[in-house]
Amino acid sequence: MTCILGISAFYHDSAASIIVDGKIIAAAQEERFTRKKHDSNYPYNAVEFVLKYSNFKLSEVDHIVFYEKPFLKFERLLETYVAFAPKGFLQFSKAMPLWLKEKLFQKKMLMDCLKENDENFKDEKKIFFSEHHMSHAASAFFPSPFDEAIILTADGVGEWATSTVAIGKDNNVEIKKEIHFPHSLGLLYSAFTYYTGFKVNSGEYKLMGLAPYGDPKYKNLIKDNLIDIKDDGSFRLDQDFFNYSTGLTMTNEKFNNLFGKMPRNSKNEKITQFHMDVASSIQNVTEEVMLKMATSLRKEYNLKNLCLAGGVALNCVANGKILEKKIFDKIWIQPAAGDAGGSLGAALALWYKEMKKERKIFKTDQMQGSYLGPEYSQNEIEIKLKEAGAIFKVMKEEELIDKTAEDLSKGKAIGWFQGRMEFGPRALGARSILGDPRSETMQKDLNLKVKYRESFRPFAPSVLNDQVSEWFDIKEESPYMLLVSNVNKKKQIKMDDDQKKLFGIDKLNVKRSEIPAATHVDYSARIQTVHKETNPRYFKLLEKFKEKTGCPVVINTSFNVRGEPIVNTPDDAFNCFMGTELDKLIIGNCYLDKKNQNQKLKKDYTSKFELD
Amino acid sequence: MSFLKEFWEFLRIRKKYWLFPIIIVLVLFGGLIILSQGSAVAPFIYTIF
Repeated sequence: MTCILGISAFYHDSAASIIVDGKIIAAAQEERFTRKKHDSNYPYNAVEFVLKYSNFKLSEVDHIVFYEKPFLKFERLLETYVAFAPKGFLQFSKAMPLWLKEKLFQKKMLMDCLKENDENFKDEKKIFFSEHHMSHAASAFFPSPFDEAIILTADGVGEWATSTVAIGKDNNVEIKKEIHFPHSLGLLYSAFTYYTGFKVNSGEYKLMGLAPYGDPKYKNLIKDNLIDIKDDGSFRLDQDFFNYSTGLTMTNEKFNNLFGKMPRNSKNEKITQFHMDVASSIQNVTEEVMLKMATSLRKEYNLKNLCLAGGVALNCVANGKILEKKIFDKIWIQPAAGDAGGSLGAALALWYKEMKKERKIFKTDQMQGSYLGPEYSQNEIEIKLKEAGAIFKVMKEEELIDKTAEDLSKGKAIGWFQGRMEFGPRALGARSILGDPRSETMQKDLNLKVKYRESFRPFAPSVLNDQVSEWFDIKEESPYMLLVSNVNKKKQIKMDDDQKKLFGIDKLNVKRSEIPAATHVDYSARIQTVHKETNPRYFKLLEKFKEKTGCPVVINTSFNVRGEPIVNTPDDAFNCFMGTELDKLIIGNCYLDKKNQNQKLKKDYTSKFELD
Repeated sequence: MSFLKEFWEFLRIRKKYWLFPIIIVLVLFGGLIILSQGSAVAPFIYTIF
């Protein structure tokens, strides 16, 4: 048996993954254990978990792969500073101490950290380094159900590459083309995230959610000044407008002058139509780049499958557009498309590409629904809940499903904690908050009472896989909530002229379909198809909900409050339950009613976590 | 020592010998910078480095 541990760390979203003889056994992100969102420290807890889950000691692991190459990154930094000198001195003076003190000696640093997990680990020769975008590409191709595919990866920046095109065939991935720093689609999107007042590297999804409210008024302004897009989708950014290569902000004065406003300060400035139009414009440009790339790659390589990874692959609206245009027969997107997934890709790249092990192709992908995290037995759950002072009832599965579906149909907000935790940023029915999508008030109630945010984004729908085309304009599976499609015309409710004039959240509150809580203002929805094979209990719940209401859809949002990492343990879940106005909590076979709980255990969660 | 060997190998494979003098200077001056401060914390808005 060959055991490979993959690690991503020291930038953002640290994670650990373990594969045994090429099979993905476990993977988890460090933030879930430390409760620090996007935790970038060495993933001590995640490593502990994956080792324990796979029954290995660190000293028994055959190889350890880090998801990127620090020397190559250092080379990029030095060359960038030389190219921009003397302009980038400020950033240089901040970066160099960090590098000369720690990051340049990452192998030693990694060794020291690994010794914390197991003091018997001594073999430095077991440590390997994979290239950042090779890790992404490997994470997108090797678990996919394809024997051959084009792999497109795009994110902020790795070492040099910001976007790559690779060809995956059997057990090999070969990078064919790269776009290098500072020209980056991810950083362009992040620059606008910053400009519109959201947190870089975590608020990008908000910018995407804001886009449907606006008109792409600034699209030409962006294309004429900021980005030169070629017919094949390759691009260059005009660095005169950006500050990320040399400064400590994303954009500069010239950028502000171009749009005629300073970046929004989220503390005292509200989102206006201007920000919505800017969001719509940059979303449009991103889609254009992705579509042009996809179209030209299909023509150039004549392969019918596409795999996607890298932070930009989390832009599910752009993914949905590629799918809708039918450029490729099939698309598969790595659910942990961000840097956390790099840990898995790095391990898989070593096994298949370097060790040249045979790769078997299966009909379904090898991510097992992305349920790769920790799980708790019924016994453990009961012990933990008792310790926490919870009052609960243990039910048989049938009764539990029936009761939960009944609660959902009555408009209750449910905390749903079942099986192994998801790997990747989306909650997929293992650590989820569920609600009735038919309710006109659900979106508002959940946001204000449970998530503590005034959101302009509706919630994502989970739908029974075999019913998806009945409710949405999509026939394909979307198990990882990474595709956006419109609500089926039959289920839409047209807005009248007065309603069309409404602005922002008021417009979101208009009943626009039979499932208003899951329908965005442009009738789009971020879909998760639920499959019996990967999450049978969640599938049964949706079936029961359909039996009671005729609707095979529930809304599914991550089990956390704003800015908090998704819950990991039964304790986290109970704390979140008692800190919010969730009505019921279902953990394993335990059923908790808020009304029965000791009111003294209530916690103040409203200001515990910072906004993205 | 193994670090220096690995780094030299890296420069050789990448054919980036011109970075070597920059690194020597950096290590000399960097030593001073490191000694003069407690901890090195990245303040940047996007973790580019």
